[in-house]
Amino acid sequence: MVAEVLIRAENLSKKYDDYLAVDSINFEVFKGECCGFLGPNGAGKTTTIRMIHCFLPVASGKLNVAGLNVSEKPREIKKAIGVAPQEENLDPDFTVLTNLLVYARYFDVPKATALKRSEELLKFFQLEEKRNVIIDQLSTGMKRRLILARALINEPQILLLDEPTTGLDPQARHMIWDKIRDLRKQGVTIILTTHYMDEAAELCDRTLIMDHGKIIEQGAPAELVKKHIGEEVLEVDYNDQIMKTLQEKFPEARFEVLNDRIRVFTTQPHGVFEKFLREHPTSGATIRNANLEDVFLKLTGRRLRE
Amino acid sequence: MKLDRIASGFKRPELTYRVWKVWMRNFDVFKKTWKVNFFPPLLEPIFYLIALGVGLGQFVSKIEGLSYIQFIAPALIAISIMYSSFFECTYGSFVRMYYQKTFDAIISTPINIEEVIAGEMLWGATRSLISSSIVLGVIAAFGLITSPLFLLIPLVAFFCGLMFSAIAMCFTSLAPNIDFFNYPGFLFITPMFLLSGTFFPLTQLPSFMQTFAQAVLPLTHTVFLTRALLLGNLETRLLLSLVWIAIVTPVFFILSINLMKRKLIK
Repeated sequence: MVAEVLIRAENLSKKYDDYLAVDSINFEVFKGECCGFLGPNGAGKTTTIRMIHCFLPVASGKLNVAGLNVSEKPREIKKAIGVAPQEENLDPDFTVLTNLLVYARYFDVPKATALKRSEELLKFFQLEEKRNVIIDQLSTGMKRRLILARALINEPQILLLDEPTTGLDPQARHMIWDKIRDLRKQGVTIILTTHYMDEAAELCDRTLIMDHGKIIEQGAPAELVKKHIGEEVLEVDYNDQIMKTLQEKFPEARFEVLNDRIRVFTTQPHGVFEKFLREHPTSGATIRNANLEDVFLKLTGRRLRE
Repeated sequence: MKLDRIASGFKRPELTYRVWKVWMRNFDVFKKTWKVNFFPPLLEPIFYLIALGVGLGQFVSKIEGLSYIQFIAPALIAISIMYSSFFECTYGSFVRMYYQKTFDAIISTPINIEEVIAGEMLWGATRSLISSSIVLGVIAAFGLITSPLFLLIPLVAFFCGLMFSAIAMCFTSLAPNIDFFNYPGFLFITPMFLLSGTFFPLTQLPSFMQTFAQAVLPLTHTVFLTRALLLGNLETRLLLSLVWIAIVTPVFFILSINLMKRKLIK
């Protein structure tokens, strides 16, 4: 079965005054998948998301969503999309339930349907008891859940989540992850941006890593880890002796020295580090599985971005 | 290039029935807080009528055959038309746009930015209609209505309110922050409040100021209309006021939509 392409960008660019935020990118999003956009601050993730939901006009290139060109049919596209923005923009003048009802009205959802759907969504996101509470009195986690509920009020085909769990406690994060998985099972196509690599690895079928407005790598999280990092990572405290031994033992490996710790990345199979440590007992050594964060840091570097 | 930019300020906006969904949103908020919204337009004219009409009026001779309280009553209606729409579409709209991000939320739905701004202005006009109707009620209670033509005042209130909303929205499109509104407040609204034939006849002003008031100040024309309708003396010069309003309103209405679009959609 060939997967159906739901979103296709060709040489898509976006420029603000002199700053090129998105630099001629090409990508596809397939129907029913969860696709993650990763990248340091200023990489162009949010700008890309905003062009998809017709919030920002495309500067050059072509962007089709659900078979429609964003520059020609923004209303039709927006009808099919649910957006949970990074910034909290719930309506502070209304209660939880009214927020959903008023938002449903923007989509021309008939009142009875809107009420039914709102009740279902409040239940789904465990907000039923808060239905008559004003937005100010909600916790950050509840606001996030309400933003997700609001994004679903038009029963969208595509759900855009811009940093859905930033600033949440682990309980709230896991709850939102569960809901995102549920929605994926229901067949909603999900695009998310995140700075949390565990979140991307947990939720995404595929990730696109962006930096300086370009897509620099893409693929399934596990494949990217295997391709760029390998199976395992060894971390030991730095000294010249151990460094020398390691370099002799693993001539093909990549070494990273940071804060007096040595990190060894090798493509050799599972167990080589364990064997090494048995032969060269080293205090403070840890072996861990390679992860998406290793990939991310390798590809985008450790320099801070403002 | 420069001409293009000016022309783009007058591009025809793409508006549909969805404008009313934005209006409805504001109306829903208004219904929730109606008590707070009703008090100022109810109490303010009472204070003015007592202080200026009854108090100061004792020392004022008849103006064009009217007692002072009769002279200022229609001006109070015009002032409430001006204030309610102007503040709704400056401070009110700015808070919704900048602090609450309400516009951002709405334009993520099938509603476009043009419709949001148009809905805000229609709402501003509605605020003028509501406030001035309350003022009209106070004036009726003081026994100051002498002509059945007063029934047309709500209509005038809506259209003049739309004019003030459109002008206000242009200021909002230029405002870098909320303090900016102090400038149109004391450079535009306050002089109009005092110099548009509100508390004394325009003819008392030097002739160049009379010309200025009629050529540039929208409140002058609003006062002409409310005074004529409340007192029932229709004159031909009112046609000039109607034409003035009929030209200024659509110009600023369209300009403000395009300026706001330029501000918000980068």
